[in-house]
Amino acid sequence: MIKGAIGRTVRLGIKSLMLHKLRSMLTTLGVLFGVSSVIAMLAIGEGGSVEAQEQIRRLGSQNVILRAIKPPEDLASNRSTRVVQYGLTESDLRRIETFPWAGRIVPVRQLQQEIRVGDRVLNPRVMGTTPDYIEVTGRIIAQGRFLSAQDEASAQNVCVIGYEIARYLFPFEDPINQDIKIGAEYYRVVGTLIPRVPLSNDPPKPGEDVTGEVLIPLNNANKWFGNMQVKIRSGSREMEEVELHEIIVEVEEPNIEEPKNVPRMAAACRDMLRRFHTQVDYEVVVPLELLLRAQETKRIFNIVLGSIAGISLLVGGIGIMNVMLATVLERTREIGIRRALGAKRRHIVVQFLVETVVLSVGGGVLGILLGLAIPFFVERFAKMQTVVTPGAPVLAFGISVAIGIIFGLYPAWRAANMDPVEALRYE
Amino acid sequence: MADQASGGQVPVVASLRDVRRLYRMGNNEVRALDGISVDFQRGEYWAIMGASGSGKSTLLNILGCIDRPTSGSYEVQGRKVSELDDDELSEVRGNHVGFVFQSFNLIPQLNLLENIMVPLFYQDHPPEDAEDRAVMLAKRMGLEDRLDHRPLQLSGGQQQRVAIARSLINDPAFILADEATGNLDSKTTEEILELFDELHREGKTILMVTHEPAVGDRAGQVMWLKDGKIDSIETNGKTP
Ligand SMILES: Nc1ncnc2c1ncn2[C@@H]1O[C@H](COP(=O)(O)OP(=O)(O)OP(=O)(O)O)[C@@H](O)[C@H]1O
Ligand SMILES: [Mg+2]
Repeated sequence: MIKGAIGRTVRLGIKSLMLHKLRSMLTTLGVLFGVSSVIAMLAIGEGGSVEAQEQIRRLGSQNVILRAIKPPEDLASNRSTRVVQYGLTESDLRRIETFPWAGRIVPVRQLQQEIRVGDRVLNPRVMGTTPDYIEVTGRIIAQGRFLSAQDEASAQNVCVIGYEIARYLFPFEDPINQDIKIGAEYYRVVGTLIPRVPLSNDPPKPGEDVTGEVLIPLNNANKWFGNMQVKIRSGSREMEEVELHEIIVEVEEPNIEEPKNVPRMAAACRDMLRRFHTQVDYEVVVPLELLLRAQETKRIFNIVLGSIAGISLLVGGIGIMNVMLATVLERTREIGIRRALGAKRRHIVVQFLVETVVLSVGGGVLGILLGLAIPFFVERFAKMQTVVTPGAPVLAFGISVAIGIIFGLYPAWRAANMDPVEALRYE
Repeated sequence: MADQASGGQVPVVASLRDVRRLYRMGNNEVRALDGISVDFQRGEYWAIMGASGSGKSTLLNILGCIDRPTSGSYEVQGRKVSELDDDELSEVRGNHVGFVFQSFNLIPQLNLLENIMVPLFYQDHPPEDAEDRAVMLAKRMGLEDRLDHRPLQLSGGQQQRVAIARSLINDPAFILADEATGNLDSKTTEEILELFDELHREGKTILMVTHEPAVGDRAGQVMWLKDGKIDSIETNGKTP
């Protein structure tokens, strides 16, 4: 009988709401938009931060990356032919090796070289590095193998190329064991790398920029290309002398969940570079710091989104309360009748509370559907990643029930506390 | 008289002792009821009459436990109303009182059958056969083919029949009717009064506020109120 009573109260609530269909529908809109914006904003926000955090994590949150940057040009100097010397050095590398938390250290040198296969020419990033590169950076081999210790020791003419480049240079053949020409030398392809960003299915069109990199043994790079790079720019020849473009330092962390040594290593590297470099021709990138910053940004973003959604839900709730107050007034006589026929105060409270909750949950459920549809279309048409966490619709449903109860209590309380005699006399 | 009521053979369903109901309007005091003492016994049919503003409705509201006396005592079914809290008053109304109003007071969003059953909704242990009883009462009122009609689809007389059926569903100690025929034409009034007569013959206790002299002839007792006091009580056929 108790179950029957609840079912009957809900049915009665729906019946009463159906007396004013348009009004009830308009009333649910506030909660509907509030709830759908909660879900949509959470999904878009979550998607954006997942994307950002993924990018950072790909850099390796256990790594500290030192990069060479070209210092601002000295305008007073002779414009024609000159040598600009900057960047990281082998000595920097040696010094870092002595730091207590240093794990594997990977030097990278970048070359300004064209690559060719037949009449296909590309200008990708050509880098000389050591065999540890693949593990420290967490890149993944698509086919073949990475550069080996033996390649490095004997400065072999071998290379590993990015998947994009492989697809461009060897559209119809297996790239492994093919030869490509870097500068004046021929290199054998021993492996390909999975791309950093997901590829579209269309192969690159001629003339389109092909991203990706070509990796060769560092010793081989030193052997054939030296430290000097020549850049030809707007008529003037410019020579750059850079020993190392990048040093990737893997930090030993006893507890990866609670990294303590990465900040220490970063500080030590910054300190060392400041001491030994006469100019600021370096930067220290700490993915972990970026990650923490991204998480902090996400937290603030969530607070802002939450506040906006909260305000729209508040407005929706007030709208419902307003309508329920009007409903209670309108149905004063009904309340009087029910009280005269034996309804206790709590029966009246429950009746109006159920009605408010039906309104807000109705709005909530429609809002959840709309809120799930929005991220779908955003992903489809704006090509943004969205992530709907399973908790979001549950949370939204809970919120709409809570709104019904919170904003329904006062009107219901007003209804229950009417004097039956007065209520019966109400016209 | 009190001794006779408690010790007598005819059980008293409602007993008022020096009941007053005062309304304070600023500095003025309106004495809607001013010292009413009376016993209503099972099976009686009372007509309560008097000029407008004499306190008839106020008396009925107190009898129906939707209002409380300012002073004096009121016992219904042996329970002292002044000692009951709001929930207990609701229980008394739901279990022992049947209301019939001048303006019918059906609930518009419910159909006829549901309207008849409303008092049972609020009982702690509603009878198993609630719906059968409601259907029987509807039949008795000649409304069996209208069970799923809404109140606004019925005529005034039909609505009042539904209201009477509703007042009977909880098998009350007494039926309170405040100008139950006040909104009806003379033919329908006659029909409704016939119905009350029938209920009286079946042994129901009826307390009816009315302006119709005809009701006075049908009722066993006629109470005249004047300025919140009992002016006279006439007992038909017998002397008081
Ligand atoms: N809520 C109230 N506040 C102030 N005075 C009231 C209130 N209710 C009733 N009264 C007064 O109490 C007195 C009795 O009113 P009551 O409604 O009982 O009269 P009645 O006999 O039913 O009249 P009628 O025949 O017009 O229905 C009147 O003087 C009325 O003005
Ligand atoms: Mg009256």
